[in-house]
Amino acid sequence: MELRKVEPAAVFETLAALKAEGYNVLVDMTAADYSAQGRVPRFGVVYRAACLDLETGLEPKPRVEVRCETDAEPGLRSVRQLWPIADWLEREVWDMFGIRFTDRPDIKRLLMYEEFVGHPLRKDYPIKKRQPLIGPKEDPENPVNLNKEKQRVEYD
Amino acid sequence: MTEERLKDGRTAVLLNMGPSHPAMHGVIRLILELEGERVKSTEVEIGYLHRAFEKHAEAEPWNNVVPWTDRLNYVSPLINNVGYCLAVEKLLGVTVPERGQYLRVIASELSRVTDHLTCVAANAMELGAFTVFLYLIKSREVLYQLVDDLCGARVTVSYARVGGVKADLPAGFEAKCRSAFALVRESVRDADRLLTKNRIFMDRVEGTGIISREDAAAYGITGPFLRSTGTPYDVRRAHPYLVYDKLDFEVPVGSRGDNFDRYLVRLAELEASMRIVEQCFERMPDGPASVELSELVKGAVMSDLGKAGRISEIAGKHVLTCPSLEGSCDHGHAGARGGGPSVVLPAKEEVYGSIEGLMNQFEGVMWTWGLKVPAGDAYVPVEGANGELGFHVFSDGGNRPYRVRCRPPCLYIMAALPKLINGGTVADIIATFGSVNMIAGELDR
Repeated sequence: MELRKVEPAAVFETLAALKAEGYNVLVDMTAADYSAQGRVPRFGVVYRAACLDLETGLEPKPRVEVRCETDAEPGLRSVRQLWPIADWLEREVWDMFGIRFTDRPDIKRLLMYEEFVGHPLRKDYPIKKRQPLIGPKEDPENPVNLNKEKQRVEYD
Repeated sequence: MTEERLKDGRTAVLLNMGPSHPAMHGVIRLILELEGERVKSTEVEIGYLHRAFEKHAEAEPWNNVVPWTDRLNYVSPLINNVGYCLAVEKLLGVTVPERGQYLRVIASELSRVTDHLTCVAANAMELGAFTVFLYLIKSREVLYQLVDDLCGARVTVSYARVGGVKADLPAGFEAKCRSAFALVRESVRDADRLLTKNRIFMDRVEGTGIISREDAAAYGITGPFLRSTGTPYDVRRAHPYLVYDKLDFEVPVGSRGDNFDRYLVRLAELEASMRIVEQCFERMPDGPASVELSELVKGAVMSDLGKAGRISEIAGKHVLTCPSLEGSCDHGHAGARGGGPSVVLPAKEEVYGSIEGLMNQFEGVMWTWGLKVPAGDAYVPVEGANGELGFHVFSDGGNRPYRVRCRPPCLYIMAALPKLINGGTVADIIATFGSVNMIAGELDR
């Protein structure tokens, strides 16, 4: 496996060049928040591309890992146009880390719900933090108390 | 269901399929725009089963993450265990003894069989073939009992652990396995007879949910789904791990990339996986199943050696502490400790049968004291039942993961789902979705 460290601004060009070289699969894309280690910029983003021979099912060239360090803003240029799967992977990275992707009109959370506030895989997001769940809107006549103990059903 | 009048006067119907729907395999929501019975566009909404696996993994010692990997793909949990442990071991620079590797292969392939049986069974049931479902689930049950013998649990297995496996094969496992396989083969034959030339089944699956191999690659799709398009990519071949390079197995492929091909590929893989297990029984060497616990040295002796500066004699050794956890054996001399807690947790017989075993286990799982992994990160792909299952683990040198990333194979297929079902009919969604074999546990993590 080959590792390439690039500047955030050069990520798109590097990946576009890889795509042109025959790297037809974006195997994975993920990030890590290094703020707990005091690193600046705080995020490390990893793209992993593979060159898959569709006839033999083997990878004639070693996989390439493109890594960059970036802050949440201004973020990275979307690679959705190179590999369609990048759409969902970028949505997940946005959802979990709050890293912006430019060159795409809107970005929706992938795993969390729309009303969720914050980005859970950031190191400063407390693991035990609670957020109100979406659910039936509160009815003023029958207020729902989320902290109320679960009703116990008695079986005989 | 809502009706919307389009600009050109036609009406489009918006249909919500899921999140709670009998054919949605867990919880997922499809928002379909229909024109008559045709699907015009699809929006896929996932995340209903999000359990913060990756976040939780950052808060627990390395070994405690293993039980959570069971819950990722809960139809083939053994493969998840193996994948995670391989990634941590890569970072640690540890190789499991050969017998342990064979055991992991056996476990993985058993899981693959149960996964494919479930997928084919559920797919058939959703298309109305309930008999096939019962036949296949019956043989899956026999395999689950085997898994129970092996790990002590049917689904929440936690069999692989960092540095090895929970235990060697129980007595009589091989014979039980062979007779279970005979039953699986019989029920697969039954399913084959009931489905493969069945007009009703064929009409539903043939030519539906087609994807080209180029599109499949662009979406990062792997596993049986990619193989059904004719690309024989298999992690076990392309990036061999464990002992797969020593085993002979076929990688069945399809040609058209439709639901029928995926069904055929899975049936063929069932047989291939069972042959792998049988080969493992024949070729498996004797020996330890897990990395040996490092040699034990009495704490007082270790301390003396350390004071004398003979560090090389104690490096990598494990300290034998006194049962009270006090006295000269514990913390005898700063730096005189050997490798710290052992990489591998001791076998359960040791834990319950000897004080050293109990203490080793305790050290291994104790808060702030368990296994420490050198800083860095490692990505290891394994062939999950749905495709390339990757674990990318990051360590900052501490006793818990800094970050764990799971590359779930079915996320990639789900992203391509609109491509598969747009243009087809609503009824085709059931057949296509069944062949995707979406597992919400790993999709939403």
